[in-house]
Amino acid sequence: MTEMLIFERSRPGRRAYAQAPAAEDTIDIPAQFLRTDRPLLPEVSELQVVRHYTRLSQQNFSIDTNFYPLGSCTMKYNPRACNALAMLPGLANRHPLGPVSQGQGFLACMYELQEMLKAVTGMRAVSLTPMAGAQGELAGVLMMRAYHTSRGDHTRTEIIVPDAAHGTNPATATMCGCVVREISTGPDGDVDMQALKAAVGPKTAGIMLTNPSTLGVFERRISEIRRIVDEAGGLLYYDGANLNAILGKVRPGDMEFDVIHMNLHKTFSTPHGGGGPGSGAVGVGKRLEPFLPIPVVGKDDGGAYRWFSEEDLPHSIGRLSGFMGNAGVLLRAYVYMRMVGKDGMRRIGEFATLNANYLQARLKAAGFEPAFPHRRASHEFIITLKTMARTLHVTAMDVAKALLDQQLHAPTTYFPLLVPECLLIEPTETETREALDRFADAMIAIAEQAKVDASKVKGAPYTMPVRRLDDVKAARNLDLAYKPGA
Amino acid sequence: MSELPGELLYTEEHEWLRQEEDGSVTIGITDHAQAALGDLVYVELPEVGAELDAGDEMAVVESVKAASDVYAPVGGTVLEVNSDLADDPEKINSDPYGDGWIVRMQPNDLDESNTMDPDAYQELLDSLED
Repeated sequence: MTEMLIFERSRPGRRAYAQAPAAEDTIDIPAQFLRTDRPLLPEVSELQVVRHYTRLSQQNFSIDTNFYPLGSCTMKYNPRACNALAMLPGLANRHPLGPVSQGQGFLACMYELQEMLKAVTGMRAVSLTPMAGAQGELAGVLMMRAYHTSRGDHTRTEIIVPDAAHGTNPATATMCGCVVREISTGPDGDVDMQALKAAVGPKTAGIMLTNPSTLGVFERRISEIRRIVDEAGGLLYYDGANLNAILGKVRPGDMEFDVIHMNLHKTFSTPHGGGGPGSGAVGVGKRLEPFLPIPVVGKDDGGAYRWFSEEDLPHSIGRLSGFMGNAGVLLRAYVYMRMVGKDGMRRIGEFATLNANYLQARLKAAGFEPAFPHRRASHEFIITLKTMARTLHVTAMDVAKALLDQQLHAPTTYFPLLVPECLLIEPTETETREALDRFADAMIAIAEQAKVDASKVKGAPYTMPVRRLDDVKAARNLDLAYKPGA
Repeated sequence: MSELPGELLYTEEHEWLRQEEDGSVTIGITDHAQAALGDLVYVELPEVGAELDAGDEMAVVESVKAASDVYAPVGGTVLEVNSDLADDPEKINSDPYGDGWIVRMQPNDLDESNTMDPDAYQELLDSLED
């Protein structure tokens, strides 16, 4: 059943008395600052509030309830231990402006997190301050610009972005005042080397490379790409959003990249999905080290931890957030990394890749078309339903909706744009073989259903709180406001 | 199979171009392009009088699936834009070669355009189908 808005349950004068503030809580506020009109809040009983939000939570589709193979998002299990330890009173109650001497435990965790990320990526220095992946990208490209500017080189304004990159890459380059030079991908999923050679030149500020790319394959000519861009005087940006696949196997620092951003909320498993909070920590090589965003955590001569800021890093691109990123997310990532350890990192990369390849092989055997059938998948893979769409008029979106009726979260649909009618499937390393088999069985059943009665698939979902939404009408006739009492 | 009027010129980026008797050209996106994008929900149009080079971003079409740039197939000056599309972007879906036109331009030099004839465009479409 569709849950009503809580405002629709509102009745004048109804109150949740247990939640009403005591008079003494407000007594210190001067009278001229107290509002006289009533706030436009729903007037409901406590039991109504409890039931409303409990029902909403039951309708929620989450990694805690179901398989969630949403490609590009790395929806893996968030270990409960990370939550529990990050919520320890000494960490949770620490005030960010408190004396450094009283926050040594937290600063030690952050220092060690920086060190572990350096070890995992092979980079020389790390800053934890970006609040999300997109802000990490912004920091990365701002550092690239700062590097060229510091050398008096003002002509390097072009950023090369392969068309298989994350969509945030060209957006970031544009935000930083650069011009995007898009280069194409070959039929095997690797960067078109001729297009790269034609794109580099004296204006090249650098390249932003997502590896493994959004096509779910590892860029095999990465060394050659590095050489071509480096010889043209450009810097190398590694979009580490897909780091899960290479964890413990290869390191961007060893590939001699200058900068990487990591989505700690994805690879190092803090709860995400729904808009944050996140963490887009950045790692840099020697050339960009002076420009790292502040603050970073360092040690003074006596071994005590402290914030390194403008005085220590005078060439820094500056601050990206009020304090140092999202402390709760950073702590969860820290606990996660400490728990899995060095061997665990390698096994994450191996099982993420194994699970994706197993699922791809099962679907391929059942007649589904992988977008790159001759390539081994990384942590995710793409199937294209273009044949089904052409012959049965059943689209990727129809199949995605039908999966919901099987209590499975849909994979990412229609992304990347390079592949028609595609599903981008990322099972992650935390799923059992049974869970993967159940997904494959559901896909096969839907494909069979499409052959027998396509309209059944096109009408899905049937069991969700709401049926198929008219997203075209929703976009054309935006109606987002609910005005209480209107 | 998408519709392909024989009197039009086409681009690799799936725009079409029609030469009008007064020397201007009308530009839109092809049936294949609208089908691939799906139901359009928003169209961003250039300013009348804008001067464009061939290959410049001329307009943006947005569907529930994706936003896509429309490139100028030829350099020139924008004479007129299809302002009906602001309220009815779906005209591009229902009539891509007619009511769904996007821009009318005064071209600088048609010989310099990045266009191909219908047969060549059909070949391109066939190669995408494989």
